[in-house]
Amino acid sequence: MHPLRKKRLTIVLFLVAGIAIAVGLTTYALRQNINLFYDPTQIAAGEAPVDVRIRAGGMVEAGSVVREPNSLKVIFRVTDFNESVPVEYEGILPDLFAEGQGVVAMGRLNDSGRFVADQVLAKHDENYMPPEVADSLKKDVAGQSSSAETTGSATY
Amino acid sequence: MYPELGQLALILALLLAVLLSVVPLVGSITGRDNLQAFARPLASGMFVFIAMAFAILTHSFLIDDFSVAYVANNSNSMLPWYFKFSAVWGGHEGSLLLWILMLSGWTLAVAIFSRRLPSEMISQVLSVLGMVAVGFLLFIIITSNPFDRLLPNVPTDGTDLNPLLQDFGLIVHPPMLYMGYVGFSVAFAFAIAALINGRLDAAWARWSRPWTTVAWAFLSVGIALGSWWAYYELGWGGWWFWDPVENASLMPWLSGTALMHTLAVTEKRGVFKSWTVLLAIVTFALSLLGTFLVRSGVLTSVHAFASDPERGVFLLALLGITMFASLALYAFRAPVVHVRASYAGLSREVFLLLNNVLLVSATLLVAVGTLYPLVLDYLELGKLSIGEPFFNSTFTPLAVATALLLGAGIFSRWKKTDGGWLGRKLLWPIAVSLVASCFVVLSYGGFKPWAFIGVFSAMWIAVATAWDLWDKSSSRKGRLQGLKRQSRSYYGMVLGHLGLALTIAGATVVSNYGIERDVRMVPGDTATVGDYQFVFREIGQRQGANFTAQYGRFDVILDGERIAQLHPEKRQYPVGMSVMTEADIDAGLFRDIFVAVAERLDDRAWAIRLQYKPLIRWLWLGALVMAMGGFLAISDRRYRLRVRDEQPETKTAQPIKTDDPAGAVS
Repeated sequence: MHPLRKKRLTIVLFLVAGIAIAVGLTTYALRQNINLFYDPTQIAAGEAPVDVRIRAGGMVEAGSVVREPNSLKVIFRVTDFNESVPVEYEGILPDLFAEGQGVVAMGRLNDSGRFVADQVLAKHDENYMPPEVADSLKKDVAGQSSSAETTGSATY
Repeated sequence: MYPELGQLALILALLLAVLLSVVPLVGSITGRDNLQAFARPLASGMFVFIAMAFAILTHSFLIDDFSVAYVANNSNSMLPWYFKFSAVWGGHEGSLLLWILMLSGWTLAVAIFSRRLPSEMISQVLSVLGMVAVGFLLFIIITSNPFDRLLPNVPTDGTDLNPLLQDFGLIVHPPMLYMGYVGFSVAFAFAIAALINGRLDAAWARWSRPWTTVAWAFLSVGIALGSWWAYYELGWGGWWFWDPVENASLMPWLSGTALMHTLAVTEKRGVFKSWTVLLAIVTFALSLLGTFLVRSGVLTSVHAFASDPERGVFLLALLGITMFASLALYAFRAPVVHVRASYAGLSREVFLLLNNVLLVSATLLVAVGTLYPLVLDYLELGKLSIGEPFFNSTFTPLAVATALLLGAGIFSRWKKTDGGWLGRKLLWPIAVSLVASCFVVLSYGGFKPWAFIGVFSAMWIAVATAWDLWDKSSSRKGRLQGLKRQSRSYYGMVLGHLGLALTIAGATVVSNYGIERDVRMVPGDTATVGDYQFVFREIGQRQGANFTAQYGRFDVILDGERIAQLHPEKRQYPVGMSVMTEADIDAGLFRDIFVAVAERLDDRAWAIRLQYKPLIRWLWLGALVMAMGGFLAISDRRYRLRVRDEQPETKTAQPIKTDDPAGAVS
């Protein structure tokens, strides 16, 4: 084969191999690490998978935060004003965590329907609400009042 | 009065930018020198007016002119003066103004430092930069005017700067990052100019190299500062979250690193030309994409100020037009370029090609992880997030492969490297690094596969770099003379690679051997983290400039001796009604001790985060060393000397040096 062609072929083969490896790794890792979002209504209806890492979010129900006396364990309920889900978390809650505020929790749903979180995220400031939470709350309001407003994100 | 002048200055700058993007370009194509002569004055004028607008906005902040909406939203009369100054870029409009200031600054720098470039080249480069400036000036004037007034109802005081941003990190992080982002526009402009006049030669690569290297160095520092700031200011001791905003700055850095290396090949050997041009375009596009992601409000984070959809659409359009125009130009012009030089299957060229494959794969990977959820969300196919595990499990192998390749690549020669020779050459460095890594890993208390691989990668880069320096410095006149003989760009490469080794070592050790404990403590309690004991002495109150704080007093005890006293704080900012966790850190070259006070659990008990972070400083130190390498490389005398005889040289293709083992690649 002509040396130039040969060289080009090597380069192309290298590129193809590199891309193949990258694509393979990416799809593999993606399949493992995608965290889908569910709102409390979906979880209560049993749509969310058990023991798979998912994200859940809504408002922290007023008066639902209970701390264990001798550890950092805390239990609270997250609501979308339609259904609510108990969340269990052990660790440090973000500064802006408070009853009546929006949160997103990352974790797994256990057999008894409790959401065991390994990470809890709260809003960054008073105007911010996690977009998923805003949308899911809006969806409920829209569902109840049959308003046509489903797009846009003016609430946060 | 002043703010209106600021607005006027922006409009005048826009007019000059429009002229700059048309007149010199037309002059260069039609060959009319009198039109090309406008390039430099127009570039200077644009800079002067933008600097004027920036100075006026700064003035409004410093005198608390709350009739300006942007000042009222991002400042407060109680803010210390240095935060009033940095608040200029604490919000969307001002940070955009900073972006444009940097762009016009880079344009001016090109105008000043490229006196010896052929006039049509410089006209085209400045015109392209002018076009970019037109886009961003239109953006700021139409959608994000920082000089909008709140008249006649002037607020009595401002709503304060976000407390997270009231910090030294914010003063320096955005300007550094923007210097990097915007700096890649120069490499882009050179690439476009080269495509326009079809002259992609070694001279072109040599002109764009220093600019690319400087931009890359600034970006490295900017990213490191952001990571450092997140570590101590966001409160919880993480240093990289694979947050889309962080990824947005990592993507141009990765492709910029690739560009820097492929420019070296193009300059030295005259190959990979089309690829280099494409990479220059892509790197700038990624900078624009970063700006879009961070500023458009598609992401919610500390950085996303704009939730105005109009702005997002404008930025996306800007990105689209830039991409479409430059790729169309590329499609028409790139095939004109022919390669004459040849190289063997095992050569420095091939090593650098593999380096590019890996770096571009890493860029794509980060892009997929960042954009995939956004695209799905936009298409309403579901909401999902891609978290750290994805990036950790895919990015790490690529980083390791790059590091291993780097060590071998250092010893390789241009054109052709003998495989057997290279293998023998690598034997001892590999052995040394293996033994040294075992030592390091065991001294940190235990063998973990990934920790070992990471430490080995870092060690391998360091040992190979040092080995090569030792080889090259052998001289009949003695070692010192040999060291002196090496060029600055070679030392730049050495520093760049050692910096990478430091960063990899820091990242590996802190992720594998760092200890983090969240505990419930009442004053008087003691908690143990690794070898360290933390005694919680008391909780107190204090009054800051614009906040009140509760602080904890902690004694850190090692081997029965008190080595530090730390005072982490919980701050309340009354103006914005916000709470901030201010960690306290005992920093050291080999380890950080970190204490943060979280929430109050009951009357006496607090949630406390205690951390031991070995080698975490190396992460950022490494980035600084890399940047120093970049600055050293561009101070190399060949950039200064050869500039003088540039004119005749450019007419003919650059003669290519055949074998150049001392050739620096950084």
